[in-house]
Amino acid sequence: MASHPHHDGAPPPLHRRPPPRVLLLRHPPHFTLLNRPLPDNFHFLKPWESSLPLHDFLSSADARSAEAILTSGGAPVTADMLRRLPEVRLVVTTSAGLNHIDLAECRRRGIAIASAGDVYSEEVADLAVGLLIDVLRKVSAGDRYVRQGLWSSEGDFAHGSKLGGKRAGVVGLGRIGLEVAKRLEAFGCAVLYNSRKKKPVLYPFYSDVRELATNCDVLVICCGLNEQTHHMINREVLLALGKGGVIVNIGRGSIIDEKDMVQLLVQGELGGAGLDVFENEPNVPEELLALDNVVLSPHTAVFTAESLSDLCDLVVGNLEAFFSDKPLLSPVLEE
Amino acid sequence: MDSIGVLMACPMSSYLEQELEKRFHLFKFWQVTQKPQFLKEHSGSIRAVVGNAMAGADAELIEALPKLEIVASYSVGLDKVDLGKCREKGIRVTNTPDVLTEDVADLAIGLCLAVLRRICASDKYVRSGKWKKGDFKLTTKFTGKTVGIIGLGRIGTAVAKRAEAFDCPISYYSRTMKPDCKYKYYPSVVELASNCHILIVACPLTLETHHIINREVIDALGPKGVLINIGRGPHVDEPELVSALVEGRLGGAGLDVFEQEPEVPEELFGLENVVLLPHVGSGTVETRNAMADLVIGNLEAHFMNKPLLTPVV
Repeated sequence: MASHPHHDGAPPPLHRRPPPRVLLLRHPPHFTLLNRPLPDNFHFLKPWESSLPLHDFLSSADARSAEAILTSGGAPVTADMLRRLPEVRLVVTTSAGLNHIDLAECRRRGIAIASAGDVYSEEVADLAVGLLIDVLRKVSAGDRYVRQGLWSSEGDFAHGSKLGGKRAGVVGLGRIGLEVAKRLEAFGCAVLYNSRKKKPVLYPFYSDVRELATNCDVLVICCGLNEQTHHMINREVLLALGKGGVIVNIGRGSIIDEKDMVQLLVQGELGGAGLDVFENEPNVPEELLALDNVVLSPHTAVFTAESLSDLCDLVVGNLEAFFSDKPLLSPVLEE
Repeated sequence: MDSIGVLMACPMSSYLEQELEKRFHLFKFWQVTQKPQFLKEHSGSIRAVVGNAMAGADAELIEALPKLEIVASYSVGLDKVDLGKCREKGIRVTNTPDVLTEDVADLAIGLCLAVLRRICASDKYVRSGKWKKGDFKLTTKFTGKTVGIIGLGRIGTAVAKRAEAFDCPISYYSRTMKPDCKYKYYPSVVELASNCHILIVACPLTLETHHIINREVIDALGPKGVLINIGRGPHVDEPELVSALVEGRLGGAGLDVFEQEPEVPEELFGLENVVLLPHVGSGTVETRNAMADLVIGNLEAHFMNKPLLTPVV
C-alpha cells in the first residue's frame, strides 16, 4: 500500500528522472560507522557544508528543492522546517522513535514517514533482557568485584535475586515490547503489560501503569515518548513497584521522572535500575554513578554492526521505493 | 539427633550452618588448625560431611572418617567427592539438582548478552565519564547467533530453551546423541566449536571432561567466537584460554568459574571482551536457601531412615 498521495504532477520513477534531492539534517552515523557510502542515485543536501546556519540554509534555493528529509540522531523535523520546504513529500528517520518529528504537521501536508520499522526490535529487546539479568544477578557489579581483586581478599560475593518467577510488567507492547515479553517468558517470568490499547495477546492487561507496577516485581519500559508518556513513570509508580522492584528503560529517558527515580534509588525505596536512556544524554545523574544496584548503558540499544547494516539497507530501500512509486518498506501509519 | 557429628568442609552458607547447628553437632573444618589431630579425635562421631563446589570429601578424608555414612553436597557438581570410594564403602551421596538449574541457565544467557553487547564495559564507560566525550563502539547482536552447548543435561537443556527465545539455532555435544532431540548433534567438541558462534560449557566435571576446552577447541571457535563457562574451572585449559584472549585468537569469554578459585588470571582484567564472575551461578537468595533446605532434608531423611531426596550414590 503506497503511503504517499497520488496526484497529478507526481514525479516520474527513480530511473527516469534526475536524482531525487534529499536533505540530510545530520550525516547519518550509521553509514559512517560501517564505512558505507551514501547511495549515489540521490542528491544529498548537506547543511553543515554550507557556511549558513541551518535556519538560513533552509531558506536557500538549494534547500527549497529538497523532496525528502533524512533525519538521524533525533535531529528534529519541525513544522517550521516543513513549511519552508514545500517540495518535501517524505521524511525518513533512522530511529524507531518518532518524538523528534512533528507528526501532525506531516499528516496535514500529506508527507509520508518511514522509520526504522522492525530493524532494531530484537537488538533492543536483547539489551533490555541483558540489563535486567545484570541488575538482578549483579553481573557488572560481580565483574567489578573480581577485577578489583576482592574475591580473593573479601571472599564470596553478595547473592543476587532469581529472575524465574518474577512478575514482569512490560510498558508498551509494540514490536519491541512483544520481543521482550517473548524472551522473558523463556526465563519463567509471568508477563503483564500496559499499553495505550489492549492487544490480542494472552498476557494480563493493565490500563493504569501504577496498577501494573503494584502487581509487578520488574518494569520494562518499551514505549515511545510522546505527550502522554512523558514522566509517566513517576514517584507514585516507582513506589508502587516497591523496595525490591527493578526498572529497565530502553525507551526514552523522559518517560521516567529521572529526579524521582534517582531519589528513590538513593533512599533504597527502589531495588535497582538498568538504564540505556536518560533525560539529558550524555549526562547521567552523579548519584547513580555511586550505586552498585544500577547498570548504566550509553544509549547503545541499537548500535550493533548487524542492526546498523540492516538499517542502512532499509533507509536506501525506503528512498528508492518512494521515488519509484512503490510502497515504503517501513511506513509509519496513522493509528 | 544433636549428637550426630556433621563436618562442614568449608564456609558456604550461614543459613545452612545455623540450620545444621540446630539439628546436629556441627564441626567447621576451616576453623580447625590441626586437621589430622582433629580427625583422630572426632572420627568416632562424624557421620556426615557437607561439601560444596570448592571442597568435599576426597579419598583421604573418607578414609579418616570410619563412621562416615553420608556426604551431602551443597552443589549439583560432585567433582570434589570421591564417588568411587563412597560406592566402595557404602557411603550415600546427595547433591542439589533442579533447584539451581534455572539460575545457572539464566546466568549463562546473561553472560552471553554481557559479552556480546559489552554491557559491563559500557557501564564502566558511563561511570568513567567517557560517554560525555563520545559514543561507545558497535557491539554484536545476540539474537540469531548459533549456540553450541556441551552437555545437554538439566542445565544444558534450560540454556537451550532460553537461547531459543532469542532465535538462536542450537547444537550440542554430549557423550551420546539424545534420541528425539530437535537440536543438531556433533560427535566431537571441536566440530561443535567449528560450527557455532557461542560455545557454552554445561557438563559435569569428570576425568573425561577435564580440559575439554583445549587449544584445538579454542582455535576452532576462533577470533569471533565466544566461550561461556558455567561448569567448572578445570573444564578449560586456563593458560591456553588466557593467551588466546590476550592474543585475539578468541573473540570473547564469559566466565563464572576458574581453575584455582578465587584466583583469576590478572591478564584478563584489562580485557573488554571478557566478563568475570565470582562463581555466582546459583548465587541468588532464593536458590541458595532452596539448596540448603535440600541438604538438611537429605541429612534428616538419612538419619531417620527415610528415602533420600536427591541421592546420587
